Amino acid sequence: MNKPARGSLLGIEHLDAKDILGLLKLARRMNPQKARPLLRGKRIVLLFYEASTRTRSSFELAAKSLGAMTTLVQSSGSSIEKGESLLDTGYTLRAVGADAIVIRHPSAGAPHLMAQHLDIPVINAGDGMHEHPSQALLDAFTILKYKKSFKGLQVAIIGDIVHSRVARSACHLLTRFGVKIVLCGPPEFVPEVAATLAPGLRITRHIEDALRGTDVIMLLRVQKERLAGQKIRLQDYIAKYQMTAARVKLAKRDAIVMHPGPIIRGLELTAEVADSPQSVIVDEVHNGVPTRMAILVRALGRAK
Amino acid sequence: MTRQETKSLLIKGGHLIDPAAKINAPMDVLLRDGRVAEVALPNKIRGTADEKFDARGLIVAPGFIDLHVHLREPGQSYKETIATGTAAAAAGGFTSVCTMPNTAPVVDTTEWVAWLRSPEREAIVNVFPIAAATRASRGATLTDFSALQRAGAVAVTDDGKPILDDDIMRMALRLGAELNLPVVQHAEDTRLTENCSMHEGPTSFRLGLRAMPAAAESAIVDRDVNLAQQIRDSRLHVAHLSTSDALKAVRRGKRAKARVTCEVTPHHFTLLDEDVGEYNTNFKMNPPLRSATDREAILVALADGTVDAIATDHAPHAAHEKQVEFDRAAFGITGLETALALAVTKLLREHKIPLTRIVELFTSGPAKVFDLRGRGSLTRGNFADVTIFDPRKRWTFEASKSRSMSRNTPFDGWQFTGKVVATIVGGRIAYRAD
Repeated sequence: MNKPARGSLLGIEHLDAKDILGLLKLARRMNPQKARPLLRGKRIVLLFYEASTRTRSSFELAAKSLGAMTTLVQSSGSSIEKGESLLDTGYTLRAVGADAIVIRHPSAGAPHLMAQHLDIPVINAGDGMHEHPSQALLDAFTILKYKKSFKGLQVAIIGDIVHSRVARSACHLLTRFGVKIVLCGPPEFVPEVAATLAPGLRITRHIEDALRGTDVIMLLRVQKERLAGQKIRLQDYIAKYQMTAARVKLAKRDAIVMHPGPIIRGLELTAEVADSPQSVIVDEVHNGVPTRMAILVRALGRAK
Repeated sequence: MTRQETKSLLIKGGHLIDPAAKINAPMDVLLRDGRVAEVALPNKIRGTADEKFDARGLIVAPGFIDLHVHLREPGQSYKETIATGTAAAAAGGFTSVCTMPNTAPVVDTTEWVAWLRSPEREAIVNVFPIAAATRASRGATLTDFSALQRAGAVAVTDDGKPILDDDIMRMALRLGAELNLPVVQHAEDTRLTENCSMHEGPTSFRLGLRAMPAAAESAIVDRDVNLAQQIRDSRLHVAHLSTSDALKAVRRGKRAKARVTCEVTPHHFTLLDEDVGEYNTNFKMNPPLRSATDREAILVALADGTVDAIATDHAPHAAHEKQVEFDRAAFGITGLETALALAVTKLLREHKIPLTRIVELFTSGPAKVFDLRGRGSLTRGNFADVTIFDPRKRWTFEASKSRSMSRNTPFDGWQFTGKVVATIVGGRIAYRAD
């Protein structure tokens, strides 16, 4: 086992504020439309063990607009299907000349295992219920576009937090800058232990309480497949926690509504909210490309 | 074995700790023909011995007994064999080990019990098989306890899995009661732990891992203690107990004079769930590392007598079974060679538990749990199983030098105080430190 290679991005938890701000600054300088071949000749492997639309395509476009070559390896149609281990897959990709690996995996910690055994940067594109650092960075990028600074901000994260890697990364990132976060949902989705994740987290079961005075409403997808084993009923959830236009009004007038996608209209939010002027959901996707460009430049670029 | 048999061995100049005999004093010990011939004050043993062992500055104790090891035979000799596992045991000061039946196949017949005990296995310490409680440990049909006991099984268990069904557990305890045979429970309500890979708490939440609540253990212990109280003469032994609430149930049973015993592992009295760090699979075992509150309760119970034995749950695995995603990695760590060092370093030096009590937890305590007659104490006529150790010796454990075939230990590179100097089995030196 060794330390992850320089430029790896395994999670937000162990990044310091300076590193985060550096990435966000770099992201603002990135323009996907005006290609700068900072990574010309670099080979980036996108290793995806789980389905993805946004994350995969934006990492790919980010890499290509920087002049890097990409190749996609998915669990189906590769040797992974034949039972090749994660590490052997990593060694193979290193041997064919990968300069960096972007990995999405259903097991928490899979990117860490890879990084401990490879000498090239490993970028976590979502590992199980653990972290989704590039999502947290693009969300921070989006918040700063609308809110100027993190100072004094209040953020409400609503929904299935226990299963959410997006929520974990967001909590680590925003609390690093003193943002006050209210986690809201039923105990099945927001167990008391969630408050131990980072300093400055508060839990509430009441959506009115979560929304009062909030600057940012961050919604999470209700993972229907996870509801199956739970005691919670879909109709109850909708009644208590669905984001409706009326509920959005409880927040600050200039509050923004965010969602990492994919959204389920009529479940965690109404179509009206999704399409409202306060919704920045599409902009988040848009900001994913420059943010991921910054992550890749940090991993492989010469200039900082 | 080609080694020259020593007929008599005089252990001279050591400090004997034999809790069952209430001895904690400088004593010489003479072993002859595989038995303890004489225990006497220094220089009081007359006559000659074929060999002498200079034990000056060392602790002499009855041979250590480990109630819970996985030696992986039959069927998984790529992880460990009885030969390599007992070599590791000897290096750790254990003169007797009790082997778990969750091998491939499961040890659920008299033939496999006999196979485990055969000299062909080349064990260098005593091997006491524990047989499966149910056929193939599927939890449905009881095995033939009586025949297994006659073949040499010292207890029954489905370890690795619990005996979950109330009726099966009741029947097992009843049959055990008739035969005076302990039923060993791996207490885990598997309905609460499916796909889980560590203890439920702040660390599992932070790491995003599905996690086992402490109640998955304590609920089963609670039920089993109730059954043990109801069934006259039944003997329940709780394996690798790890939670504060399970200890409460054991205390309740003991107060009610039920024949309830329990063991604790060195890793549970040493480590915490948070030590998993960034998904280090050498910290993944079942039961998992628990909270600080649980560890505190275990330390209290080790000191106050609630815990009957320290057992290692030595669980070797090949590298490829551990160098994988955390939730896919095998449960278990090796433990035979670090148990005494952890007990001295943690229990004696850090938590001030007396050495006499520690020795009891390795010797007479476990001997009583499974009725290992003639062992656990060095009274005249008992088996000549002796562990000699230096409680002040500082050393560093290196996994690469382990006698086990596997290297899955969280203690690689740890600095310890307390080291085994020699392990004597049946009067013969099975291990001697360089």
